[in-house]
Amino acid sequence: MVTVLDHDSELRRRAWDAAASVVDPEIPVLSIADLGVLRDVVLDGEHVEVAITPTYSGCPAMNMIALEIEIALERAGFRQPKVRTVLSPAWTTDWMSEEGREKLRAYGIAPPQASGSRRALFGEQAVVCPQCGSDKTELLSEFGSTSCKALWRCQTCREPFDYFKCH
Amino acid sequence: MPVANIQVSETPLVFYALRRADDALILGHRLSEWCGHAPMLEEDMALSNIALDLIGQARELYSYAAKAEGKDNDEDKLAYLRDVRQYRNLLLVEQPNGDFAQTLVRQFFYSAFADLYWRAMMTSRDATLAAIAAKSEKESAYHLRHASEWIIRLGDGTDESHRRAQAAIDHFWAFTGEMFAVDDGERALIHAGIAIDPGTLRGRWLTTLSDVTREATLTLPQNDWMQQGGRSGRHSEHLGHLLSELQSMQRTFPGQAW
Repeated sequence: MVTVLDHDSELRRRAWDAAASVVDPEIPVLSIADLGVLRDVVLDGEHVEVAITPTYSGCPAMNMIALEIEIALERAGFRQPKVRTVLSPAWTTDWMSEEGREKLRAYGIAPPQASGSRRALFGEQAVVCPQCGSDKTELLSEFGSTSCKALWRCQTCREPFDYFKCH
Repeated sequence: MPVANIQVSETPLVFYALRRADDALILGHRLSEWCGHAPMLEEDMALSNIALDLIGQARELYSYAAKAEGKDNDEDKLAYLRDVRQYRNLLLVEQPNGDFAQTLVRQFFYSAFADLYWRAMMTSRDATLAAIAAKSEKESAYHLRHASEWIIRLGDGTDESHRRAQAAIDHFWAFTGEMFAVDDGERALIHAGIAIDPGTLRGRWLTTLSDVTREATLTLPQNDWMQQGGRSGRHSEHLGHLLSELQSMQRTFPGQAW
């Protein structure tokens, strides 16, 4: 019995690791586990089903992420893996891991502020420049290169940068 | 050869989801018409991004409507294979973009409503609608902030921008009443806790509008005659033209897929 359980949990860990190896096509330093998009991996015998939660309603990366999860699982030896989209609870930037935030910063994108609350959405935002660490920054455009980002500029080092909006 | 329209069994719930999906798709399509034409790059990206959010919301709602109907329709068929009279969106969202002020005023009126509406719908007893609402309310709040800032900038800007913003407010005002109307089918859903009564949002919607227009030195019209029809499929001439573009690929090459 113990060995069966071990076998199952080992299999599930392998499936999770395979799914978690998929990265955001727009921000390739972030895995879907870092993003909090990967919610669950369920094993039924040899079949595996992965649950993901979409970030923004219209984010075009989600289709690609779902496809890449299937490919990653097939490569790891799982046949006919399924990807299920779970809407509830709604994704929030609060689910992004600390490690994910640090990776974003190192990549040159200011990570989202701690809480995706409405107050943070409307209140004063103090976004720190991911290049030089200055907090003298200004918003250039509320909408940036993807649904999840806004365009900011640092007034100290003058570099423009992306800010991952809190959501 | 023209492709036949699909038939939709419009139970109150299917009908309800379709109306909201149509609002989001049609407004999203209108905004997408600005792609490559907006007055500056940041706004080109902003309007396209908002369009993307709205079309994403529409997809969730269409999929849900198809599931609730339980036939072989899906999100694509619902979007591409219904005719003008089968569309149930608000007249407001199908109105042409006009100038930049008109686009932003239309967006402001809708987003101020959508922000309140989706937040209220988070308490829906229908788990899927509540989940869609939880996602959409954050997006709508962001859209509202963007539109509000533009209303203030245009109204409190030059004489020309003020004149255009005021003209847009006067022009679209009669299309706003439809957002708060309900029919018998919706009343049953409201009673069951699946939908919310939009009429209860009108006071707060007006407060948002008053606050922003005051700062923008613009005025809200006093007349309260309101145009209706979109919810029951009676549209302005503009929707047919919009759909002929939106649906042209599926109508020309039936069943074509990427």
